[in-house]
Amino acid sequence: MNRIISKLQHSKKLLSIYITAGYPTLKDTTPLIEKLEQSGVDMIEIGLPFSDPLADGPTIQASSEQALRNGMTTEVLFEQLKDIRKTVNIPLLIMGYFNPILQYGVEAFCKKCQDIGIDGLIIPDLPMEEYLEQYKSIFEAHGLINVFLITPQTSEARIRFIDSVSNGFIYMVSSAATTGNTASFGTTQTDYFKRINRMQLNTPQIVGFGIKDHDSYTQATTNSKGAIIGSAFITFLNEFGIEKIDTFIGTIRP
Amino acid sequence: MSYNINSKGYYGEFGGAYIPEMLYPNVEELRQNYLNIMSDSAFQEEFQQLLKDYVGRPSPLYFAKRLSKAYNTKIYLKREDLNHTGAHKINNTIGQILMAKRLGKTRIIAETGAGQHGVATATVCALMGITCVVYMGEIDIKRQAPNVARMKMLGAKVVPATSGSKTLKDATNEAIRDWINNPVDTHYIIGSVVGPHPYPDMVARFQSVISEEIKQQLMTHENTPTPDYVIACVGGGSNAAGAYYHFLEDPSVKLIAAEAAGHGINSGKSAATSTLGREGIIHGSKTLLMQTKDGQITEPYSISAGLDYPGIGPMHAHLFHSGRAEFIAVTDDEAMKSGLELCQLEGIIPAIESSHALAVFNKKHFKPNDIVVLCLSGRGDKDLDNYISYFNV
Repeated sequence: MNRIISKLQHSKKLLSIYITAGYPTLKDTTPLIEKLEQSGVDMIEIGLPFSDPLADGPTIQASSEQALRNGMTTEVLFEQLKDIRKTVNIPLLIMGYFNPILQYGVEAFCKKCQDIGIDGLIIPDLPMEEYLEQYKSIFEAHGLINVFLITPQTSEARIRFIDSVSNGFIYMVSSAATTGNTASFGTTQTDYFKRINRMQLNTPQIVGFGIKDHDSYTQATTNSKGAIIGSAFITFLNEFGIEKIDTFIGTIRP
Repeated sequence: MSYNINSKGYYGEFGGAYIPEMLYPNVEELRQNYLNIMSDSAFQEEFQQLLKDYVGRPSPLYFAKRLSKAYNTKIYLKREDLNHTGAHKINNTIGQILMAKRLGKTRIIAETGAGQHGVATATVCALMGITCVVYMGEIDIKRQAPNVARMKMLGAKVVPATSGSKTLKDATNEAIRDWINNPVDTHYIIGSVVGPHPYPDMVARFQSVISEEIKQQLMTHENTPTPDYVIACVGGGSNAAGAYYHFLEDPSVKLIAAEAAGHGINSGKSAATSTLGREGIIHGSKTLLMQTKDGQITEPYSISAGLDYPGIGPMHAHLFHSGRAEFIAVTDDEAMKSGLELCQLEGIIPAIESSHALAVFNKKHFKPNDIVVLCLSGRGDKDLDNYISYFNV
């Protein structure tokens, strides 16, 4: 069974961490993934850096630019990850923009992911309609879950449709914002989380964008299956380094 | 084969809307409404009135007698340089500001490279009394100080794009991020035939007034609505899209696109996307773009700030791919020389973008009886500094 699916069957709330591959230094990708698993994280999104990350705020833009300067490429990432399943058991997803994947070749990319033991992909700028028409069969043939996003502006009908074509989880974007928004969650977010929860979707939701500490993690997971932290983790990494990530994870989920 | 957009938003295999879900409601709202709004008679009346009284249309179709003699053919210049704000850009911003009003939007954002589209957007926002934010690369802000001042005088807020290479593509990224953060009240006025569907088609339709007028004006001059050739420069490709639009499906009209080759196609400093680009995704559209083997978008170069975009509109990718249009690469030097030639033969100082189109006369032979229409997309005032330093005037 796909590791994402089995992880979602646990009753506990999930904490997923986003990292930028090849950041802070090129060789950090694999040690960082191993260390995150040891610190109790449930799932990891490995960000494949892109020159023009439209949905990302300043923190992830900067980490992506640095990773590219460090020499990260799709080839290098696959090479770094080739033995990852000897040491890491939690679900791993690759999050990246569509152009680098298109240039690698969608089928070749999926095959490589399957060989390595990647469980799913999050591609923010691959529209659902294109995915269903052109790529669904390729993803499924390689055992990959494609994760769709919903936002506070997504209509109920579209959410129902996304639910019907999803497996794994739905990535619930917390607010109308790019990643790394530092404003605290207010009633707008809480009402949105509750509204989605009341829809009783078949696919569990994991909340991302703007989760930065214990409070926002708790607010996000009260009405969902889990939460994803990206920018706040990268900011911590910049300040305290890989050795201290236990501390970070410990403050989010004591 | 059709050269217009199909029902799914593609020109052949190019186009589509490769956007994050956060933008879906905005783009979908536009997609569902733009054709209805544009075909509404009250909209058309207001649009046409503004094009006439505010922009100064129709722009003349001028028979360039001395230039024609020099190249032994019949050259007509479509004088978009005579429009208010100095280029074709305003045709689109007038259309889109009226569109935004009908969609109930109260805030406008735009990207700009050299500042021409930013000025055209700031202008129509002042005209309508709507808040305007223009994103411009930090490097471009330094290079194009007069246009930054113009936008500020017109009441726009100019926000520097400090990410990536700090130029047009990054300004576009920042505008898209702004739209993600302001999904309800804001309309994004894209300046070229790029971006997710329906933008390429909507912008092409607003610019299509260029070819509509060419047909009528040519009837007066030559007693035929169709030229043998239409020449235009292509960065993103909005003036070319407008100049080609009503001739796309008529194979007797040959289309020529002049691309910026910078220091030379293989010099590493070029913006000749059709030659150097590969199929990929940029700013929500599947098209040809300049990129690394790994799919990272690269920074193009041209002496003309309006042509150094790493992609081309999906319509043009299709025109190139299908062979419907001939793409000719023009270097900085060739363009500058042809720009100066127009000054001295016809008393018209062209924008450096348009000078690229003019350089086609040195690269391709036309017959004495050929009717060649060239879209003179903008005037050269904004480029004086560049001309001065290039020619040591």
